[in-house]
Amino acid sequence: MTEIPEDLKYTKEHEWVRVSGAEGTVGITDYAQAQLGDIVYVELPQVGNSVEQFGTLGVIESVKAASDLFAPVSGTVTGVNEIIRDHPEVINKSPYDEGWIIRMKLSDPSELDVLMSPSDYKAFVQSLGES
Amino acid sequence: MNYVPNTDYDRSVMLSRIGVTSVDDLFNDLPAQVRHPTLGIPEPLSEIELTRLMSELAHDNGGTHEYALFLGAGAYNHFVPSIVRHIIGRSEFYTSYTPYQAEVSQGTLQSIFEFQTLVCQLMDMDVANASMYDGASAAAEAALLAHHATRRSKVLVAPTVHPDYLAVIRTYCTELGLTVDGRCDFDGCLNTGRVDPSIFSKAIAADTACVVIQHPNFFGCLEDVESLARAAHEAGALLIMIVDPISLGILKPPGTYSADVAVAEGQSLGNTLNFGGPYLGLFAAKQQFLRLVPGRIAGQAYDSEGRRGFVLTLQAREQHIRREKATSNICTNEALNALAALVYLSSMGRQGLRRVAEICLQKSHYAADRIASLRQYELVYPHPFFKEFVIRCPRSVAEVNRYLLEHKVIGGYDLGRFDPVLADCALFCVTEMNTKDEIDTLVQLLGELK
Repeated sequence: MTEIPEDLKYTKEHEWVRVSGAEGTVGITDYAQAQLGDIVYVELPQVGNSVEQFGTLGVIESVKAASDLFAPVSGTVTGVNEIIRDHPEVINKSPYDEGWIIRMKLSDPSELDVLMSPSDYKAFVQSLGES
Repeated sequence: MNYVPNTDYDRSVMLSRIGVTSVDDLFNDLPAQVRHPTLGIPEPLSEIELTRLMSELAHDNGGTHEYALFLGAGAYNHFVPSIVRHIIGRSEFYTSYTPYQAEVSQGTLQSIFEFQTLVCQLMDMDVANASMYDGASAAAEAALLAHHATRRSKVLVAPTVHPDYLAVIRTYCTELGLTVDGRCDFDGCLNTGRVDPSIFSKAIAADTACVVIQHPNFFGCLEDVESLARAAHEAGALLIMIVDPISLGILKPPGTYSADVAVAEGQSLGNTLNFGGPYLGLFAAKQQFLRLVPGRIAGQAYDSEGRRGFVLTLQAREQHIRREKATSNICTNEALNALAALVYLSSMGRQGLRRVAEICLQKSHYAADRIASLRQYELVYPHPFFKEFVIRCPRSVAEVNRYLLEHKVIGGYDLGRFDPVLADCALFCVTEMNTKDEIDTLVQLLGELK
């Protein structure tokens, strides 16, 4: 059963965001890492880059495909997970903890309202499984 | 795979499915008068007649076996050892397809990997791809890489870069919204034959993605690469060097100057003049730009039993994996030409390549000295040169070349085509393939023109 933590918000492109005040941590979901397969490279944004909600933050490359990483909310990149530069497989092993991808400062926290709750995301993933 | 043509029955089924009665109906959108034009194609010939006809046509061509060639300007007559033909002529190489399916293409992939390795060694760069179409498009793609890497949108091209390369760079860059400046210090370069780093460096700005220089340059002269490299890097721009692979037998390779991307026309390595193509783009870069490099890259890998094998790798750069985000739209390489270059470099070796370069240097300087000693001719640029040099002639280059051609000598490139200031100036090229007798004959013939 795919893991879907209760303290996160989710996007249709399978990103999650953990919010603490005006700061957010972003990564990809357990479903996403399983679908992608072994991740071999992550193209990370530069610290300081600003991004719009659902804009492209970077790219995640696996043995099977290369997928864009989309920002769940608008803001500025304040940090990237340096470990995944040399060890991208950490995302597969721990997509919600050690495998976090970027930290950002939210410019408009109200954007979180359009994201999916854990139960919405669970239903969404199940609908994908049936198709 | 068998070729299985359509039968009349197949055709009738297809026609009725799409709702027409005959194949002719499919052309109804064309005006009647152009539907079935008379093409005036002669009747078929027998194999004997055809062979004879093609032979006669071929004899109309004058090749390097009959003519003494002193023309360069981007494509060169260099020695092709016979081993090159033997290896590339093997059907496994000659008719092989792209090695997308690694398990049946190990030979091809290994040769590409070795080619890439030798390009890196030759240029003293970290990574190289499986080749581009030619030197000009390689230079253009290098400019695009610089844009992606720096996010800047100005490309500064030295005016001593081959004009056709500048044109191709413009073609690639302009449609993507980049500005290409190829005129900085233009008049100065026409006067001196090379770029003045102090003037040129003033044109490098905060939005300059890269500086493109050619060494030796279009006029055959050596540039002050160290100063140009420093100026580019101090401004945060990438240094792109276009080099002559044969010259690397004696000149310092691009890696020495910390070039970010090094490109070249590889035709000089084991490839004949081929009527102008196909040629061979060499493309090499620093490690940090690996994921921005265009084109195919062959990589070395290990299977589940630890055996070494080769694969096409880093394909997320390519358009069949990520269409809009691809680093380039090239989806091929010049495999057979690259193989010829690989065989050439392997068989010549470091010492052999050095020897070729030395002979080019000595012969071109011998020719330049002898021509310049003729009163009516002048060596235009005083700078050190490798195998090409510019001579001012007493008549138009067209007249000079017409006279030379009558005596089975092909003269230099008419630089009047490049700029009117260089009217009556010819770019001569001398390689290891020109004999001393040929050079002496050239001098004698030139001396006969007043």
